[in-house]
Amino acid sequence: MSGTEKMTERTEDVLRIENLQIALRSEHGDDPAIEALNLSIGRGEVVGLVGESGCGKSLTALAVAGLLRDPMHVTGGRILLGGEDIAHLPNRSMRSLRGNRIAMIFQEPMTALNPLMTIGDQIGEMFVLHRGMSAGAARKAAIAALDQVQVPSAARRIREYPHQLSGGMRQRVMIAIALACDPELLIADEPTTALDVTIQAEILDLILDLCRERHTAVLMISHDLGLVARICRRVAVMYAGHLIEEQAAGQIFATPQHPYTRGLVGALPRLGRRLVEGQQPLTEIPGVVPAIGDFGTGCRFAPRCPSAMARCREAVPRTTQLPQGGRIRCFLHD
Amino acid sequence: MLRQLRRPNLAVGGGIVVLLIIIAVFAPLIAPHDPIHDANLMYAGEPPSTAFWLGTDDQGRDIFSRIVYGARIALTVGLLVEMMNAAIGIALGLSAGYFGGWWDEFVQGLTNVMLAVPTIVFALALMAVMGPGIPSLLVALGLTDWAYSCRISRAQVLSMKSSPFIQAARTMGYGPGHIMLRELLPNIAGPLIVVATMGVGSAIMAEASLSFLGLGVVPPAPSWGSMLAGAREQLIVAPWIAVFPGLAIFVTVLGFNLLGDGLRDLLDPQGRSRR
Amino acid sequence: MTDTATRQDGPGPVLRLQDLHVHYEVRTGQGFGQVPLKAVDGVDLQIRPGECLGLVGESGCGKSSLAQAVMGLVPATSGVIELDGRTDWDRSAATRLARARTVQMVFQDPFSSLNPRQSIATSLGGPLRLHGVTNRSERADRVAEMLRKVGLNPDAARRYPHEFSGGQRQRICIARALIVDPKLVVCDEPVSALDVSIRAQIINLLLQLKDELGVALLMISHDLGVVEHMSDRIAVMYLGRIVEEGAWNAIFSDPAHPYTRTLISAIPDPERADIGHERLRGEAPSALAPPPGCAFHPRCTQAFAPCREGAVPAFTRLAEDHRARCHLLTKDTESR
Repeated sequence: MSGTEKMTERTEDVLRIENLQIALRSEHGDDPAIEALNLSIGRGEVVGLVGESGCGKSLTALAVAGLLRDPMHVTGGRILLGGEDIAHLPNRSMRSLRGNRIAMIFQEPMTALNPLMTIGDQIGEMFVLHRGMSAGAARKAAIAALDQVQVPSAARRIREYPHQLSGGMRQRVMIAIALACDPELLIADEPTTALDVTIQAEILDLILDLCRERHTAVLMISHDLGLVARICRRVAVMYAGHLIEEQAAGQIFATPQHPYTRGLVGALPRLGRRLVEGQQPLTEIPGVVPAIGDFGTGCRFAPRCPSAMARCREAVPRTTQLPQGGRIRCFLHD
Repeated sequence: MLRQLRRPNLAVGGGIVVLLIIIAVFAPLIAPHDPIHDANLMYAGEPPSTAFWLGTDDQGRDIFSRIVYGARIALTVGLLVEMMNAAIGIALGLSAGYFGGWWDEFVQGLTNVMLAVPTIVFALALMAVMGPGIPSLLVALGLTDWAYSCRISRAQVLSMKSSPFIQAARTMGYGPGHIMLRELLPNIAGPLIVVATMGVGSAIMAEASLSFLGLGVVPPAPSWGSMLAGAREQLIVAPWIAVFPGLAIFVTVLGFNLLGDGLRDLLDPQGRSRR
Repeated sequence: MTDTATRQDGPGPVLRLQDLHVHYEVRTGQGFGQVPLKAVDGVDLQIRPGECLGLVGESGCGKSSLAQAVMGLVPATSGVIELDGRTDWDRSAATRLARARTVQMVFQDPFSSLNPRQSIATSLGGPLRLHGVTNRSERADRVAEMLRKVGLNPDAARRYPHEFSGGQRQRICIARALIVDPKLVVCDEPVSALDVSIRAQIINLLLQLKDELGVALLMISHDLGVVEHMSDRIAVMYLGRIVEEGAWNAIFSDPAHPYTRTLISAIPDPERADIGHERLRGEAPSALAPPPGCAFHPRCTQAFAPCREGAVPAFTRLAEDHRARCHLLTKDTESR
């Protein structure tokens, strides 16, 4: 984890987001939704992006995948995939990247799968489209891919339709489709939120195992800090369009630095805590996440921050390095 | 609010309907002649002129004045009929959707029968029994065209009755009457208003059709439909006698349909985003 | 309305379920027949006054059906639902109102639990009028007081649901549930639709109101962290049956059923990496075709012959107030 800060590794980054700006087009001009976002993921690295709804984590993912739709649009910065800026690629070039070099898994597999196509055809389509395989070869490859995501009796299953599968099985199919063409980058947007806890663990293990084998870089997006901290190497926390803290996964849970991250960790009812501490009230973060356009002038967390100072309300803090590694955007550390 | 006026359907439809209402209310001030008693055979079949803007009919009555007064009949019949239809349809649809079971099956069967037989045939049969005239017209049309309101309210109730706020009302101890009228109805009103608005248009059309057939409004009264019927023989020599009442029917029905369309655009997206 | 002062919080439980069954007739894709789906299949459960009982299980285990049956939203197929000592629940208006004054519910999705066309004053004041508070100003006062209790400004009464955030709406829903002064509030996943930072607010509020008003809670959740934090006792449900039940600390420090153990170990927590490896393989079987014997055996790593062939395991009493249904427990006692 100390290596993540070394400049030498930066050149090998699969994904490198530099100073990304995303805005919401409105009647009176652009309202910034995401500002000055920097994030990089190395080959085979699993990086978590955490935040509550409205923090911009899914927008970031959509921007990387080239799926931002009006009125959201990239207004600045670069998104480098293997060194090539894809932030402003035309739709057609983006389409050939998606599924091929960038793959995505979404929260609800039922809406991401075509209900009228067998799952075999949907997986095979990736091989036909991006690898130029014949229908027969694609079918064989689809069976192999289903085998890899541990779907039992894959040869029979490829003839089934999405509605015939359980939620966990559908998510496995999504993973098979996503990893069919050995992408360099996998974006997993809340991949297990819709699943039961028991299935959740299994699916996460599957994603991680397969990506480790292939050295796929993974951007894991979740609202669940506990989950992300357990499976990722680094965790970045977003709040209201700003990346406010990034630390190694082991540290962010034990020593969160930003008041928001500290709040998130304290707000989580964690197993075993009551046995030790008794039934203490959970840490509350008062108020709600501001909407785009209501971010104000200062630090965006200042209105809810228990340690806000006068300057927090006047200017946006810059990002500084943390002594233990990682970075933070907070005046308490500036 | 201003942005809503940019929707052409709503603006044009609403404009036509408002104009119609003004014409109907102020008919005596607008019409230059009495629609019934100013018959003068001396002026029979006059083409449009400065004295008779839209010409005169075969009895020398001013067509413009008759159309103006005809708006009163059209609107009264259209609104009353649609109110009856909406009341029947909503009552049946709400209760069928909410209670389900044999009542739902029965209402659905009834609705299917009403939809299978053209409304006008039902109305014709009823009018034949009750004889012509506005009261029997209201009954005949008001009892026969509720199938769409019924279907739509039933479908809306089905999709909404398991939502938590309805369950919350049930656990609060509210009875079915309260839940249907206070909890469900206000939330499904949007699509029902659209259906009802368009229903006014078709009720006016049905009134004109029945009057044209001589079963609706009794002749000296200026119904657009009976005006058309009276113009049949002079269609070649005095086309204006037929054209202008026909145009009035056309514009009126179009107006209500456009208004309904516009209201749908206005009410539906809201309904979908309100979750 | 029952006044708090005249309420008799005797030793009797606020809720007692005896052999509760909730079955649904389900049309299957194949054939014409209907198959019973045994959502709740013989549940005994008690909640004492002022107690918080946590009910956990995967989706489809029947925990929501159980809640709906307690609320009277779905009919019980058989069994006894005793609420505050009363078991006769016919469909009359008087019964409906009596039940509403005994048990209320907070739903998962705060966005669809409030009538969008009603102001908060109507949503909260309407029930008061229904339950006999005829004086308008008294209603307004009680609505304002309840809004304050759930941490909202009484001005909120004039506004409509869409003007509030998710967390605020859930506060309003809690206020609505409490305004008729019930003895039990059934909370069906009350925080799982909320953002993490808001969850803590709602959890704290529920616990605070439980202490303040002495209301009992049936806390239904799939989130063991939430359940552990809130509950006095916990019941674990699997395919329509309770498989383990006990005091919260017994369930977490000494889980007896293999299913409970896997549920606990499935919780992602980076600081508890040591126990994060007991994984379930496979998914929960359908309640339409539950496996014979112990319903958990196809996923259980310790299953032996009786689990597969024997009867549904009976409850084994492990301690005062701690029991579990597992053949392994009787095997242990026999071999010892």
